[in-house]
Amino acid sequence: MQNIGKEPIITVENLTAGYGDNIIFKNVSFRVMKGEILVILGGSGCGKSTLLKHMFGLYRPKAGRVLINGIDAATENPEELDGIRRNIGVLFQSGALFGSMTLMENVSLPLEEYTDLSSEDIGRIVRMKLAMVNLSGFENHLPSELSGGMKKRAGLARAMALDPKVLFFDEPSAGLDPVTSAELDILMKRINAGLGTTMVVVTHELDSIFAIAHRVVMLDRDAKGIIAEGTPQELKESSTDRRVINFFNRIPAAAGAEDQRA
Amino acid sequence: MNPAVASGRDFAIDVREEAGGETTVSLSGRISLRNLNSVRAELHSILEPMKPAGLTVDLAGVGYLDSGGSLILLELEQYAEAASIPCRFANVSEETGGMLGLIDRAAVMAPLPPSAKDPEGAIERIGETGLKVFNDFTSTVTFLGDLLVALGSALLNPRSVRWQDFFFYVKRAGLDGLPILALLSFLLGLIIAFMSSLQLKQFGANLYVASLVGFGMVRELGPIMTAVIIAGRSGSAFAAEIGTMMVNEEVDALVTMGFNPTRFLALPKVLAAMVVVPLLTLYSDLFGILGGMVVGVVGFDLTIYTYLAQTVKSISIFDVVSSLIKAVVFAVLIAGIGCQRGFRARGGAEAVGTFTTSAVVAGLFLIIVADSLFAIILYYIR
Ligand SMILES: Nc1ncnc2c1ncn2[C@@H]1O[C@H](COP(=O)(O)OP(=O)(O)OP(=O)(O)O)[C@@H](O)[C@H]1O
Ligand SMILES: [Mg+2]
Repeated sequence: MQNIGKEPIITVENLTAGYGDNIIFKNVSFRVMKGEILVILGGSGCGKSTLLKHMFGLYRPKAGRVLINGIDAATENPEELDGIRRNIGVLFQSGALFGSMTLMENVSLPLEEYTDLSSEDIGRIVRMKLAMVNLSGFENHLPSELSGGMKKRAGLARAMALDPKVLFFDEPSAGLDPVTSAELDILMKRINAGLGTTMVVVTHELDSIFAIAHRVVMLDRDAKGIIAEGTPQELKESSTDRRVINFFNRIPAAAGAEDQRA
Repeated sequence: MNPAVASGRDFAIDVREEAGGETTVSLSGRISLRNLNSVRAELHSILEPMKPAGLTVDLAGVGYLDSGGSLILLELEQYAEAASIPCRFANVSEETGGMLGLIDRAAVMAPLPPSAKDPEGAIERIGETGLKVFNDFTSTVTFLGDLLVALGSALLNPRSVRWQDFFFYVKRAGLDGLPILALLSFLLGLIIAFMSSLQLKQFGANLYVASLVGFGMVRELGPIMTAVIIAGRSGSAFAAEIGTMMVNEEVDALVTMGFNPTRFLALPKVLAAMVVVPLLTLYSDLFGILGGMVVGVVGFDLTIYTYLAQTVKSISIFDVVSSLIKAVVFAVLIAGIGCQRGFRARGGAEAVGTFTTSAVVAGLFLIIVADSLFAIILYYIR
């Protein structure tokens, strides 16, 4: 918490997104501060992944914009785009490692593309990153030879290859056992504290949320936008919104509705 | 003023040597992946001529340090260790300390574990190739056995076949492939008729163009042409589809749900091919003969009637039936090898590509081999 800056690194302004005529959310605005871990919450299908993909510029918004370091994430200016790409890393839900390349080659790829380092230096940087995610000794393994949690960590090493200022995570702990998931949380916190990396994380795991989040934003499908924002403790203890209470107390929507009627 | 800014670069290195050889290297500015090479070169040129008795690296002025910068610091440490002089970092800021704290020095400098791709000796390679060929052979034979069992059980229990998939592949492989097959066969008939007529004209035997085209299309070219197109269009598609399912663990999911992947995935495709290839072969024959007829009628003043009569005279029922049987065999080979190669894909996208290629190549090879066998067998049967 000590190193959260005052100025925003990502600004989302009146973002409206959707697929075709299907609007997923409207007029969403929030900011992510330097060094902060922001968690995006919400029920399945409310558009968390969609929001994340807009934030790192994979999709273009229907309206509004996303600024990363003051640059529009949907820019078409190649130099600006290059600047953004260098400064962000993305950990996809399944890791998205390239199956035909070893871990070494996977992590080297961005370094080879974006820097002019010698192959020896690249090798050292790659091993530095792999060691950070506890994968030393797996340099020559193919992704298919790794477990799910190892793939996630390898994906993280690749996302961190260029020392990005912002890391995006789509459900990093989905499909991991509680211990591995907790280890990943610790790793994320260490990286956040050590490197000051800003993180935007989509997750459902309550434990993770309390372990890592400095702040959360909660989306809702019916409201088509943000319904709550604050620290996890604040939301859990003092929210009056039924949907937020249900989420933090694991109450299914139907039961919650009955509760409300009673 | 910041020396880094003054020099027009984003970093600066300052060296002070005190009495007794105690040296202080002050780094300032940004030390990053971007300028790693120039920082290293400058440090090298500074430290090379010196023989310091002790090294202090002052990081007070460092504004930004990433993994590239850390690598430089590690190298300084290493250099000091090699020269057996004491080395320490001074004025380490919180951020820099955090970065350095995350680094496992031993892992970075450790030698790479041996690569699986390391070149081997000739004998090992011969052995591996032998094993590969043997495995290839056994897996093909095993799959063929599986497929025959599946075919047999489909005959006994037709309701167990996924007919919906079957009809889908009939449309995909058959109907959708018809236009290109018709066009190519027509052109092929045209070419054969034209080439042969150049020779036959010398003997005034124009009429025999019809015999040649008809006999050639029905006995050899129709089935081969169809098989080649099906191998390219459908064999590859089958391999890619099943290969992708393998890579995505979809086939594993099928197995755990109690499905037999051969019966579930391969059988509808193979059955569809067995129906479609003979039908397409007939079409191919027909369009080839039409192509020949165009040359015969337009170029050599034969009437349509004489041309067709001559064609019919030159083809026997035996020829047609044997060519259809041949087509069924081709169908099993192409679709079977397509599915089998798909099932062998492991790993990732690259494997799917490799096995798709292999499906087409092996399919074409098997077609030619089977065709030669048919030529010999039919010769003796007649
Ligand atoms: N590529 C797409 N094309 C059309 N609609 C899509 C696409 N991707 C997502 N959607 C729709 O957008 C909505 C939000 O999807 P999204 O993937 O963002 O949800 P999510 O909040 O990430 O859910 P989950 O927690 O299940 O991953 C869903 O209703 C989905 O049907
Ligand atoms: Mg999602």
